[in-house]
Formats: sequence, structure tokens, C-alpha cells
Amino acid sequence: MPGIVTTRDQARLRVESLRRRQVGPVSFALTSGECLAITGASGAGKSVILRMIADLDPHEGEAWLDNRPRAAMPPPVWRRRVVHVPAESGWWLDTVREHFDRFPDADAAALGLPADIGTRAIASCSTGERQRLALVRAIAVAPLVLLLDEPTAALDAATAARVEELLRTQLAAGTTLVLVSHDAEQASRLGTRHARVHDGRFEWGAEPPV
Amino acid sequence: MNAILLSPLDLAVAATLLAAEAVLSMLFGLGLHRPLLVATSRMVVQLVLVGYVLRFVFAVASPALILLLVVLMILIAAREVAARPRQRLRGGGNLLIGFASVASSTALTVILALTTAIQPTPWWTPQYAIPLAGIVLGSVLSAASLSLDHVLDRAAGDRAAIEARLLLGHSFRDATAGLRLDATRRGMLPIVNQMSAAGLVTLPGIMTGQILAGADPIQSVKYQILLMLLLGGGSVMASFLAAALALRRLTDDRQRLRLDWLENRRPARSRLR
Repeated sequence: MPGIVTTRDQARLRVESLRRRQVGPVSFALTSGECLAITGASGAGKSVILRMIADLDPHEGEAWLDNRPRAAMPPPVWRRRVVHVPAESGWWLDTVREHFDRFPDADAAALGLPADIGTRAIASCSTGERQRLALVRAIAVAPLVLLLDEPTAALDAATAARVEELLRTQLAAGTTLVLVSHDAEQASRLGTRHARVHDGRFEWGAEPPV
Repeated sequence: MNAILLSPLDLAVAATLLAAEAVLSMLFGLGLHRPLLVATSRMVVQLVLVGYVLRFVFAVASPALILLLVVLMILIAAREVAARPRQRLRGGGNLLIGFASVASSTALTVILALTTAIQPTPWWTPQYAIPLAGIVLGSVLSAASLSLDHVLDRAAGDRAAIEARLLLGHSFRDATAGLRLDATRRGMLPIVNQMSAAGLVTLPGIMTGQILAGADPIQSVKYQILLMLLLGGGSVMASFLAAALALRRLTDDRQRLRLDWLENRRPARSRLR
């Protein structure tokens, strides 16, 4: 929504001067229910930005959640509230269900996953199934902010639409999204704010950063 | 004990089989005689030297000298632990981990044995302390190096799984629990195999040595059991410590997985062991 300016105090997620190697500085602020869509060429540094926000790599800059500085929070607490779903999903046990406290059947069904998916072995799931399961798993921890790296990359158009629908539900429920996508149309469908990454720098779309 | 004393001639006779094989290798140009000659010579020289060093240390029986020798042995073992993995931690991490895991598990098991089960007077009597430290070190060394190698080798491969857990808000300790357990298990494997096969597949070395030296089999077995228990305890401790310390070195105060603290893979050192 161009024209709506997020002030510092309202911000759910605020990042300032994030910088790592060739990427950054990146600064922005997002309120509850906003979606920042980030596009840009491969290798421009989109994924690096998400990893910096999740505090996965050493970098400069600081981030705040509801005005609480990240540095003042234990990393697991930050990461439980600001959940990053990378493009490549990771699994550490044999079956799907073991990765969940309680398997969210409704969300899985909404994404078109088969009813028996919970009982399946991870090794038997396709890349696209794993990608959707990783999203469902992230939503299951009820994060305040979701950092999504190409959430529909391995999906056909119909399934991608289901994912977008679920993300819209999340936005409506107040979750803040940072969406990295190579798909400009998807970015314009979901994003309330838009940025392009070029050579590691943010180029803002309709409205300037705060 | 009525041990049969060996003369140099006895040893020379024992060498005839190897010598004949070396001659055959020379005749047929197989090139096997060189490594055999080198290894045989090394073995004889090293063992004779060690024999004289031990005789000297036993004669002097000074605690400081014994400690020096044991520390030297531990340092050599730590270097071996550090050298085997293909991956290295920056800043001499491998050597520090090798030393910490090997030294603490060896010290604990050896001191435990000397002060409780064996109880020589004084407890540090070199005839007991040094061979015991040597045996424990051999076992603990392979445990620690296997465990360290596993962590350093798998950390990069398991990155997606470990980071997936970190990203869901799991602590680094939880996220790496599986790797730590696998590495510990890997380190334990040799001693578990050794204990399982003891007496059935092989007669363990200490027992064989004692029986050859004229001791009663049951007494030898008791000694062997004591040693196996010590080696088992030491190996588990060394494996766990090596894995835990290596993982600690792969994270920072923000609970990240710091693969950048691993040095680039270098070509595998081929080792015939």
C-alpha cells in the first residue's frame, strides 16, 4: 500500500544497516500484516539478506522486533518469532510427522499435500512436497515474522496459488512477511511493499524506506 | 612366573620367514622388500629404544620424569588426533581438542586404575603407570580421532538439517544433538568391537603377553577385563569430549553454525592403518 509510511514505533520488524560482504546496507521497517517482496537477479544477495535477518551469518547492523533489539534476545527466541524458511529445506529425522509437535493437517491439506503425508518418510517426499512441508512447519511455530526464500520455486502454478492463498491468510492474521521471489508477478500479487536487490543494494519500488 | 627368556638368536630365527619373503620379492622384482625392510627396521629400533628408555625411567623412578614421559606421550597422541581429519578447525582447534579429550580421559582412567584396582606403592610406580597410560592412550586416540573426524566431516553435509532446526528456534545444542551422538558412537566403535570379539575372535594382547610370560590364564583374564573396562570408559569419554568440543568450536555467541571456521579441505592424507 504505497503512501502508508511505517514509523519506527509501529514497526513489528525493523532492520537497520544490515551489511555482509558485498550485500547491504539494508534498512527497512514493516508493520504487522505487511509483506515486503524482494526481487532481483540470482546472486544479487536476496538470500543473504534473509539469512542476516535470521542472524544465521555474522554481519553488521541491528534488527528489532516490536522495538526490542535482537541483540537483547537469546538467538533461539528471536528465531522462533522471526522464522526463516530457506529455499532448500532441512530435515533431521526419518518421517515427516517426527518434525512436528502436532502435525497441522489443515494447513497441509490447504497446500494440496496428500492426507497420508505425515506418515511418509522424508526421503520419499518430492522437493515440492518438502518445500510446502517446510512452510507448514514454520507456520506451526506461530511466528510474528516469516522470511520466505522462493517458497513456490519447485511448484506448479496451481499449487503455487494454494501457497499464495495460505500466505494471504497469514498476512490477514497479522503475520509480517519478507518474501524473496524471482517471480515479479507473485511479488506484485503478495507484496504490500517492493524492493529490488541489485548488486547487493536495495532499490525501492513505489515508496521509500523509512 | 617362569618366563622363557628370548635370545637374539631366537629373534633372528623368527625373522627368517620375513627374510625369505624379502629375498623372493627381490628375485622377482616385486618391490615388496623395501617397505618390509623399512617397517621391520623401524619396529626393532623403536622398540629397543623404548625398552632402554623404560629401563632408565623405571630405575630413576622420579615422579617428575614419569609425568614428563606421560605428557610427551599425550602430546604425540593429540597430534595424531589432530592430523587425521580431512577438515581442520582454524586456530589450531584440532590440536587443542585432541589434547583436551585425550589428556583428560587418559588421566582420569589411569589415575582411577592406579589408585583403586591396581594400587601399587607408590601409586605412580612407573612399571604400572607408563604401560597403562600407553594402552589407554592407544585406545583413546582412535576414539577421539574418529569422533572428531565425523563431526568435522558431517558438519558441512548436515548444514541444511542443522540450520533448519536453528531457524525454528532450537538451540545450537539441540540442533547438533544428533551429530554429537553419531560422532560419539563412531568413536566408541573400535572398543565395542574389541570387547565383543575378545576371547572369541582374538586373544587380547595383554592377556596373550601375560600367558606367554608364564602367568596363570585366569589371572591374565582378570587383568584383561580390568584393562578393557578402562579402555571402554576412556574411549567413550574421549569420543564424547572430542565431539562436544568440536561442535562448540563450530558455533558462536549467536548460536550460528560457523562453517567458515573450518579450513578448506586439503587432499586426504593416505594412511595405512
